[in-house]
Amino acid sequence: MAAAQPSGGAGAAQASASSARNFLAYRWQLISLPIAGLVLVPLLVIFSGWLNPETETWRHLAETVLGELIVNTLVLLLGVGAGVLMLGVGLAWLTSMCRFPGRRFFDWALMLPLALPAYVLAFVFIGLFDFSGPVQGTLREWFGPRGYWFPEVRSTGGVILVMVLVLYPYVYMLARTAFLTQGRGTLDAARMLGLGPWGAFFRVALPMARPAIAAGTALALMETLADFGTVAVFNYDTFTTAIYKAWFGLFNLQAAAQLASLLLLFVAMTLLLERRARGRSRYAEGSRGGQPHRIHLTGWHAGLATGAATLVFSAAFLLPMLQLLAWAWDIVRAELDARYLDLLLNTLMLGISAAFVTVTGALLLAFARRYQRDALTGAAVNIATLGYALPGSVLAVGIMLTLTGVDNFLQSVARGFGFDASGPVLTGTIAALLLAYLVRFLAVAFGPIDSTLGRIRDSLPEAARILGATPREVLTRVFLPLLSPGILTAILLVTVDVMKEMPATLLLRPFGWDTLAVRIYELTSEGEWERAALPAITLVMAGLLPVLLLVIRSARSANVAGRAERT
Amino acid sequence: MTNLLTIDNIRAGYNGHSVIDNFSLEIQEGELTCLLGPSGCGKTTVLRAIAGFEPLLGGEIRLNGKTISSSRHTLPPDRRGLGMVFQDYALFPHLTVADNISFGLHRRSRREQQRIADDMLELAGLEGLGDRYPHELSGGQQQRVAVARALAPEPQLLLLDEPFSNLDVELRERLALDVRDILKERGIAAVFVTHDQHEAFVMGERVAVMQQGNVQQIDSPFNLYHEPTSRFVADFIGQGRFIDGTMVGAGTVDTVFGELTGNLTYNYPVGCEVDVLLRPDDVMISDGGEYNVVVSDRAFKGAETMYTVRLATGEEILSLMPSHIDLQVGEETGLTLSADHLILFPKEGTRT
Repeated sequence: MAAAQPSGGAGAAQASASSARNFLAYRWQLISLPIAGLVLVPLLVIFSGWLNPETETWRHLAETVLGELIVNTLVLLLGVGAGVLMLGVGLAWLTSMCRFPGRRFFDWALMLPLALPAYVLAFVFIGLFDFSGPVQGTLREWFGPRGYWFPEVRSTGGVILVMVLVLYPYVYMLARTAFLTQGRGTLDAARMLGLGPWGAFFRVALPMARPAIAAGTALALMETLADFGTVAVFNYDTFTTAIYKAWFGLFNLQAAAQLASLLLLFVAMTLLLERRARGRSRYAEGSRGGQPHRIHLTGWHAGLATGAATLVFSAAFLLPMLQLLAWAWDIVRAELDARYLDLLLNTLMLGISAAFVTVTGALLLAFARRYQRDALTGAAVNIATLGYALPGSVLAVGIMLTLTGVDNFLQSVARGFGFDASGPVLTGTIAALLLAYLVRFLAVAFGPIDSTLGRIRDSLPEAARILGATPREVLTRVFLPLLSPGILTAILLVTVDVMKEMPATLLLRPFGWDTLAVRIYELTSEGEWERAALPAITLVMAGLLPVLLLVIRSARSANVAGRAERT
Repeated sequence: MTNLLTIDNIRAGYNGHSVIDNFSLEIQEGELTCLLGPSGCGKTTVLRAIAGFEPLLGGEIRLNGKTISSSRHTLPPDRRGLGMVFQDYALFPHLTVADNISFGLHRRSRREQQRIADDMLELAGLEGLGDRYPHELSGGQQQRVAVARALAPEPQLLLLDEPFSNLDVELRERLALDVRDILKERGIAAVFVTHDQHEAFVMGERVAVMQQGNVQQIDSPFNLYHEPTSRFVADFIGQGRFIDGTMVGAGTVDTVFGELTGNLTYNYPVGCEVDVLLRPDDVMISDGGEYNVVVSDRAFKGAETMYTVRLATGEEILSLMPSHIDLQVGEETGLTLSADHLILFPKEGTRT
């Protein structure tokens, strides 16, 4: 017999093992609580500004810009909300429930605009349609300087249009999935009960998809609130631009913090509205999947459907891509040099380092929730994944204030010991930036990792243990190989998100640490659209990777649903 | 001689609520023991305590005389040298069948891993499937891989948690017999948990019937069926009905069929009211029978038919007859008893 002889049993060994067990029972809280703290502390620091308000700056802000900021933000939210709802739900209905020429293509192609950062579409849009752009130039050639009318491009309508075109895919994707997973049973039932196709849509399909639509709209609105690059290009003042000006223009971090706390109120309001809109509805998916019977559109209906999808796809993806390529073609020889490659490498390095830190944090959180199923750990995980709701500029202010406090403390300690301590320790370092990315993108990494981990049944690690694997071996031989798809997805998502991130990077980056997004900001603020095209195309290429991953996944799940229907 | 495994008066549970209490069991080398009971009776908890997944609140578990679990110490599962087959098989989806089987052998040389994996594949009747992945196998094949994987490190004791419950009925019995033969051939002791008495009877040499965290009776399948020592075991194992009786002597009871005497003695006082267990296979019906009864229900089962017959007193009992004896509901017939084992329990509510 080769069975291992059990070697426990000695009294001393038992006693030490027992005290070790008491300690180990709390180890997951020791991990999850500090991670939650990383999110919570910057938030608290921002709101603590109100305990000691700088009334002078505040009054100045209130008298000058505050009213405009609030009105601008509300107008933007309303416009973008209405726009993404119309485009997102309408297109999702067409591609998932109807049949028209090009449906199969638009089904996935309409997700592609997600790859474009809003600020990229913004500068392409202005470059194309502004007074000096090619469109108005052509019009002038044909009709003379006063012979044509063109809407003002740098206007409220322009900002809203750009944001809607970039953000509608959130609603589109979630609504599409909701429509497809409703199964045809419920719709068939509605039709049998005497509803026409439109009646079935408005009275059954739409209410059933409401939670998904609310979630998609909320995502789009959160992105709108967090946006900095787009509104900056359009010179449309919102809280994010005001925070930037207060920080870099007036060097008044306190005022920036107070503006940030107001922006947070808008974020909280959006989240509350989503809860309200979703209501208590938690619709179970249709018991059996199966593709719905698609409504066959013919004649001018079909033409209208294809036309609408083509228009949105062209405006949101095709035309901007062509324009970017055209610009890049002109300047690629001049711009594609060692300096550019340095910049690219720098951005990639930053993205991958942030992904490593963030994925590690997400793994720890996911394991904490698996092995410590108590309310405290659950709350810690919820708080830690809340960071995604924090706009980058708010986060930057919170982290800057926190780290300044820590630095001051460290310096006073150092002086107490008689050292000459001047200059920052943490602020303005790469650590501050990585911390911001960790907080902001922890939820992005947590999603795929947690769902992959959730699919690993408890019996697998147990089987490994009883076959002689130590806890460490269970991690390396069972968990990590099984988690690798989730981990790779998380790394990809975080890397790309960090590469595209603009406001926090702009505010927190150490001197000289430029990224592609920062470069785009600098170039577009001087109106150099052509030169911005090269970094923009690079970002769009990177951004296409996760979108394509998403497209492939959803195609696969549609296939599974199709198979389930046939059997 | 020491036992292979001694479970000594253990208690286990969560948050002060004990799932098993005062549970004891001894297992000899090479012995197949089954824990049988309804769901929630704590049988899986016992198995997990043996494996080291469940800490003890009291008592001890000893393997080869060495304490492996007590309320103060739990030897980690990886240092117990046991094998376990899980209810969901717990095959590693990222490993091939061969790699699954050699998972517990990774401290040995690659050549030896290969040799043992080949042996186990042959033993389990899985030749040529070593390069497949678990999801490419049928349920029965997955089950065989799970058994082969658990046996590969040559454990002295194999634990099986409802190992056949995910298979269809026909496959279940064949696999149970295969597994039993492999274990007996290699002299490996096993503890397995099930709620299915047929499975328990096929595989278990000794069956421990459990209820609410306690052992009700440990015995051979034959004795559990024919000589249950508690009303719970009598109800849980097999079918049967109770009729009224009154004690008239140490082994004799007066019933509607007159005085009956079995091969067991009971020390209930004379005159004590008792329930008498009649198994369907103890009850023969035919036209020449001693007592007149009426067929009140029948269930055709292929080779046999289970009849429910009504006595003159209105009591109903079961009779299992070869199915060529074909009586219709409402037909009158005769009844003969052929019970060697007379099983009595005091009437509910009376004290002995």
